[in-house]
Amino acid sequence: MVLMAILAPYISPYNPNQIDPNAILQGPSFHHLLGTNEVGQDILSLVIWGSRVSLLVGFLATAVAITVGTTIGVAAGYFGTAADEVLMRLTDFFLVVPAVVLAIIVAALLGNSLLNVVLIIGLLSWPPTARIVRSSTLVYKHAPFVEASKVAGASSIHILRTHILPNVMPLVYANTALTIANAIFTQSALVFLGVGDINNISWGQTLHFAYSSGAITAGDYWYAIPPGLMIVLAVLGFALAGYSLDEAFNPRLKGGSVFGSA
Amino acid sequence: MGMGRYVIKRAASSVLTFFVTVALTFVLFRLLPGNPVQLLFRNPELTQAEIRELSTQFGLNKPLWLQFILYIRNVFLGNWGISFYYRSPVTEVLFPALLNSVILILPATVLAIVIGAGLGVLAGWKRGSYTDVGVLSSSLVLYAIPTFWLGILLIMIFVKVGGLPVSGMVSITAVNGPPLQYLVSVLRHMILPMLTLTLVTLGQFTIIMRSSIIGELTEDYVVAAYSKGLTSSWLLRKHVVPNALLPTISIIAISIGTVVAGAVLTETVFSWPGVGSLIYDSIFRRDYPVLQGAFLIIALFVIAANFVADIMYAYLDPRVKYS
Repeated sequence: MVLMAILAPYISPYNPNQIDPNAILQGPSFHHLLGTNEVGQDILSLVIWGSRVSLLVGFLATAVAITVGTTIGVAAGYFGTAADEVLMRLTDFFLVVPAVVLAIIVAALLGNSLLNVVLIIGLLSWPPTARIVRSSTLVYKHAPFVEASKVAGASSIHILRTHILPNVMPLVYANTALTIANAIFTQSALVFLGVGDINNISWGQTLHFAYSSGAITAGDYWYAIPPGLMIVLAVLGFALAGYSLDEAFNPRLKGGSVFGSA
Repeated sequence: MGMGRYVIKRAASSVLTFFVTVALTFVLFRLLPGNPVQLLFRNPELTQAEIRELSTQFGLNKPLWLQFILYIRNVFLGNWGISFYYRSPVTEVLFPALLNSVILILPATVLAIVIGAGLGVLAGWKRGSYTDVGVLSSSLVLYAIPTFWLGILLIMIFVKVGGLPVSGMVSITAVNGPPLQYLVSVLRHMILPMLTLTLVTLGQFTIIMRSSIIGELTEDYVVAAYSKGLTSSWLLRKHVVPNALLPTISIIAISIGTVVAGAVLTETVFSWPGVGSLIYDSIFRRDYPVLQGAFLIIALFVIAANFVADIMYAYLDPRVKYS
């Protein structure tokens, strides 16, 4: 799927922006394998190009979420007491608040650029990472090698960088795949509702126009099925990858749940 | 710590969470660049008198900290502002929408939990069998399906096949019809959105329940009970399922957020006149007081649901150390 996104210019049969007034809402044919939409764009090309923005937002938003989550988690776990209390209350707050609804409203207020969508999704999906990192930091905080380093006079920054983070990161990586899955999911929902990044081609955008143009009620299945199927495949792929990584890296999670941490 | 003190502590923390939510809406709707209050005064549809009225209502001539205090006071007094679009109090706009949402969400969630938990028990009990693999993989697929896309697929199918309405809550002919006809019309309109919401939330409950059952089956007491010669089904009914249900309650509470998100999308796709559709419409009407009110009411519901689940969990499971 990543390959498809990178190779989009070479493998897509048409320029996705190319409008063909002579081929509007055509069903699948030899010329247009997946048919065309209401302005004559080739659906297959739209789906192929759409993977770029969908995956890009997924990756970038996850990078934001992981950075924020790891920082907050390590800080809360390592420094403890007051910092821990404040940061964990903050985390609980973001876990409880309905993130997708908040994302819809914030996106509507801030305007719908690609950067905004990345930031909104990223800044709303860090709490699970923060929780995992915190509990893992607590485990290593009193490990003999950390205590030894402290006695030897190492600074907090040094201990965090060389002893705590390397041990905590595997869990973060496992969580990354799940976060990407969620980010792709949220991005498509935002764009579908028309509050996300509606100007760039993405799977959510194609579905948005399929719905708003009335192609759904007209029964133009070739328009609505492919982009949705791509979202399902992408989310499923990343979720399964995260699931198995989690099982491999997390010793306490023998046959645990995907959603306990997601 | 006793049960009473635990309840008080959790209640205090829930109130605090709601307070932070209220503060967050203040920041969102007043302080961000291009915020609605600034935009408001560029709205050509407003008369001078209305602008003056709104300025006083928002207290824009007062210092920021005072605005904040007044805002908090208004929220807790139920004075949530006037809708720009309907020109009536936000609470009056929200109430019928909230009722419609509950009519849709409540049965869908109950169905999802019952069916999801049932399938989870089945899959967990028959771990590794074809049933388990089938249930688990379909749950994962259901989890990965975007709510709005499932809605779209159902709409496409039923537009073609016919038989069920795909949009709205009641048909025009039934609006002023006799109560029974009205009820039947609403129920028929409800089927597809409810099906969508049930299906997309069902998968996660199945997976949670399955892993909870599997975890319970590895406990020592299960092995002991087996060695005493107890039958599988008796053991499952009397011990494993009740124990496995407990942790599930708290995870279900956390997933209420996803149910609400699913409901917002479902309502939008099927034009069901609930809070979700209201949010969608208000975005394009730039009706910020309604948007703010809708977010507050959703947050209030989710926070309350989490509180209730926590208390239920603590009440039902004596092993919880009230901390």
